[in-house]
Amino acid sequence: MAHTYSATPRPSTLGGGTMPSSRPFVHRRRRRTARLRRQLVAWTFALPVVGYLLVLYAYPLYRNLDLSIRNYTVESFVKGHAPFAGLQNYRTDFHDPTFAPALVHTLLFTFVSITFQFAIGLSLAVFFTRRFRLSATLRALFLVPWLLPLIVSASTWSWMLNSDSGVVNFVLHSVGIARINWLTSPSWALVSVIIANIWIGIPFNLVVMYSGLQAIPAEVYEAASLDGANGRQRFWRITFPLLRPVTAITLLLGLVYTLKVFDIIWIMTRGGPASSSTTFATWSYRLSFGNLLPEFGPGAAVANVLIIMTLGFSLVYFHIQRKARGA
Amino acid sequence: MTSRPRWTSIGLGLFFTAAMLFPVYWMINVSFTRTQDMRRTSPYWFPVHGTLDGYRAVIHDQGPYITTSLVVGIGTVVLTWVLAAPAGYSLAKLRPRGGGVLMLLLLIAQMIPGIIMAMGFYAILLNLKVLNTLPGLIAADSTLAVPFGVLIYAAFMSGIPEELMQAARIDGANSWRVFRSVVLPVSRNASVTVGLFAFLWAWSDFIFANTLDASGKHMPITLGIYRYIGNNDQQWGAIMATAVVASIPATILLIVAQRFVAAGVTAGAVKD
Repeated sequence: MAHTYSATPRPSTLGGGTMPSSRPFVHRRRRRTARLRRQLVAWTFALPVVGYLLVLYAYPLYRNLDLSIRNYTVESFVKGHAPFAGLQNYRTDFHDPTFAPALVHTLLFTFVSITFQFAIGLSLAVFFTRRFRLSATLRALFLVPWLLPLIVSASTWSWMLNSDSGVVNFVLHSVGIARINWLTSPSWALVSVIIANIWIGIPFNLVVMYSGLQAIPAEVYEAASLDGANGRQRFWRITFPLLRPVTAITLLLGLVYTLKVFDIIWIMTRGGPASSSTTFATWSYRLSFGNLLPEFGPGAAVANVLIIMTLGFSLVYFHIQRKARGA
Repeated sequence: MTSRPRWTSIGLGLFFTAAMLFPVYWMINVSFTRTQDMRRTSPYWFPVHGTLDGYRAVIHDQGPYITTSLVVGIGTVVLTWVLAAPAGYSLAKLRPRGGGVLMLLLLIAQMIPGIIMAMGFYAILLNLKVLNTLPGLIAADSTLAVPFGVLIYAAFMSGIPEELMQAARIDGANSWRVFRSVVLPVSRNASVTVGLFAFLWAWSDFIFANTLDASGKHMPITLGIYRYIGNNDQQWGAIMATAVVASIPATILLIVAQRFVAAGVTAGAVKD
């Protein structure tokens, strides 16, 4: 597609010496056409992706918005022409008994996941700044959970957390703790999916925080050592403050990525039992695709609430990143 | 440097890694476990009575799924390369006016929740009558990789020295020739990174497959596993064996392209 740029007019043939009267004018015009030509070439190369973004991002988002403000049935979904419903779908969601639990679960899932992912990731990153043999290899192995297909991780955790035959309950039992119905009890299902999600998120936090730690110059630590700072002081007085920009970026990106987690929950519990691990992401999907009679309108409305939350946090992220880069 | 001896560090490091990778080990262990041992009160920690039954089931049941996943993965890689490389070149070297906005849009695109895209795609593919077809799934899966691909290419290509391209231009090459004969060959590492990740993400995709291809003739391996789980007689040996097979691309990626993987994790996070 990109080769179509050759069809752009050759500017040299447009203004080439036809106006001998005022040389500066010609120069300026020639420069302007040259610049215009450069822009045309530049945009021709970018054009496929621009078209792609319009067709495969903007249009689906528009369709989603359209779904949420119309009263769609299965029939009108296929044929089009659904009546305009305004904010009716949003109101339906808001008054749905699932709304409050889904909101609470989304927030719990997101914040608990991020807290643990970050704390563990940062601790490991600090640990790996020690120079020892195998350090690089072990760090690479830590990436495995991040690279595995989510269905692989989710099904492995499902089996490990199985009430009767899971290895987790076996270990708990052998140290004298009663078996827990991880995935089948309403009070533990959310905990279970959070545990699996923390495991998946640790590598990302480890890698980003590790690269942040590498960016702190060694001289700072040397100076602190000369002043007699111990390990704890070095961490809280030097490492932590200097890591603040990377920390903010990691947490916000974690927030954006955790809000949209779907696969793990859907595969492990489908949001159940009885909505006990339902978040906005799984609720939206269940409304649209999980029941025999799809409720596309309310499903799309939940999705749009989710996207507003995501965009809100991503704006904060871009703001902080710009500030961090400027500093 | 520190007073602690190094072997403590190595020991601790091995311990942490082992703890982290325990679920992976367990997946492999269960994949070799016989069905009659699956529900033992105390599980075997090692595959002492190991069996290949799980893998036989994979060969017997999952062949078509694996083929589909390979086709979808390769299709996604090609589509991503074709779209992302020229755009990356443009953003890095040709400086289009408004390129910054495009860059920002690409970053935002990466953050849009998958379920929202899935819902939109479902409506579109239904109307275009390409629901449950591979081209539809490839188009959807490519959205996981194209924005990332453009950003990786742009970051990489902006490091190509200007003189290299200047030399070609003096020889009379136009922008397309410069792109094809200079920029693209030099950017091989970026292409490898983008290709590997595009393949991995398409291979791992569950949400688009489950939404757009759940009743198709050709289903990818993620749905193969999902169907296994949905069966009433959950054969965990076979499920975990399929999971192990589904993890092969990730493993290859880690071995072959370790240094690119960390770059992929942090792309968009700390780089600009």
